[in-house]
Amino acid sequence: MIDKQILNAEQACKDIKSGATIMLGGFGLCGIPENCIEALVKSKIDNLTCISNNAGVDNFGLGYLLKSKQIKKMISSYVGENDEFERQMLSGELIVDLIPQGSLAERCRAGGAGIPAFYTPAGYGTELGLGKEVREFNGKPHILETALVADFAIVKAWKGDKAGNLIYKATARNFNHPMAMAGKVTIAEVEELVEPGELDPNQIHTPGIFVQRIFQGTKYEKRIEQKTVKKIN
Amino acid sequence: MSLDKIGIAKRIAQELKDRWYVNLGIGIPTLVANYIPENINVEFQSENGILGMGPFPEEKNVDADLINAGKQTISALPGAVFFDSAMSFAMIRGQHVQLTVLGAMEVSEKGDIANWKIPGKMVKGMGGAMDLVASADNIIVAMMHTNKKGESKLLKECSLPLTGVNCVKKVITNLAVLDVLPDGGFQLVERAPDVSVDQIKKATSGKLIIPNREIPEMKL
Repeated sequence: MIDKQILNAEQACKDIKSGATIMLGGFGLCGIPENCIEALVKSKIDNLTCISNNAGVDNFGLGYLLKSKQIKKMISSYVGENDEFERQMLSGELIVDLIPQGSLAERCRAGGAGIPAFYTPAGYGTELGLGKEVREFNGKPHILETALVADFAIVKAWKGDKAGNLIYKATARNFNHPMAMAGKVTIAEVEELVEPGELDPNQIHTPGIFVQRIFQGTKYEKRIEQKTVKKIN
Repeated sequence: MSLDKIGIAKRIAQELKDRWYVNLGIGIPTLVANYIPENINVEFQSENGILGMGPFPEEKNVDADLINAGKQTISALPGAVFFDSAMSFAMIRGQHVQLTVLGAMEVSEKGDIANWKIPGKMVKGMGGAMDLVASADNIIVAMMHTNKKGESKLLKECSLPLTGVNCVKKVITNLAVLDVLPDGGFQLVERAPDVSVDQIKKATSGKLIIPNREIPEMKL
């Protein structure tokens, strides 16, 4: 067993330098690496390029890093629900690259899988397709999208073992798995870190080979964006 | 009487077929899940990573790790499955999902759709909409026939940045059901209860094709 365990978020993030490209897992606020985001805010590094499906909300998730102006560029698919984000984008402080969600996920997966580029129909005929190579397959036009890799991928899982194997809970899996594959260094924070052998190998979602550092997070607020409940008559 | 959002959702629900996997967008499309015909079984996919999405949970079962693409807390039905975002869009791009229902700001008579960006205003992003419209075999747009200013949303050409081209097959509005024909044009299929063909004509700026027969009223 190759032991990937490290002490905490601060240790996990200590060699992330200003100007780095970082992938951060999560969809909305679901499955985001809360402990590492806090460590990045404290570290005060800046000029970051963040690849994340969303940009958090004001005062939570990536919203913290935006508020402290540590992010230079965001690569995302949907960035609503964040006033500070809007302000920085409209003032030109923040560079924003919006790409279709499926293309974003596949670009991460491809980056981790050694596929440099792929064709997809998503975005053809729109402004997203401008300047991209177009090729027809089975009579349908597709555009060429390139793979994404990052200096660091930071993901959050439910359970993990010291070998870096990860299991996610429910829809908190989202971008965490494809991004874990695409980090030159992948940091996993988990709610529960266990000894090798305690997780059933049949049930593991992300094999430990993709993970270089793992630690158990000390606190998870798990804020809910839209709490909706069944009305009981 | 033109339909309200619930009426539109009820009419769209009649388009669902037994054993279909269906992706419902945010807004009116989400309401469709409440009106599934009793004699059929369908499964809902939400692109953030669930098949077998169920209704909103009871308070005691609310789970921050279990949400839909609108970031609302949901439940998972027996037989549900969770997966990552790349897998989710493999289902969508690979055409394993039979129907996509989504909202739009504009639809053109060629089946182009615009629903992600208003230049000069806040840009929120396309989310999964571009992948969904580029791949689904069957795309129904659910929207009001006109915008808040009373201008038609069914146009010759979209004026807003496009989400996808030549992809919408059917539009269901507060006034009518219309098929987008392969060669272009909105063919009138049904009228909302007590809505006249003339009203639909006035509210449609793109090419409206009115078959030479009685246009039936929707049955809700």
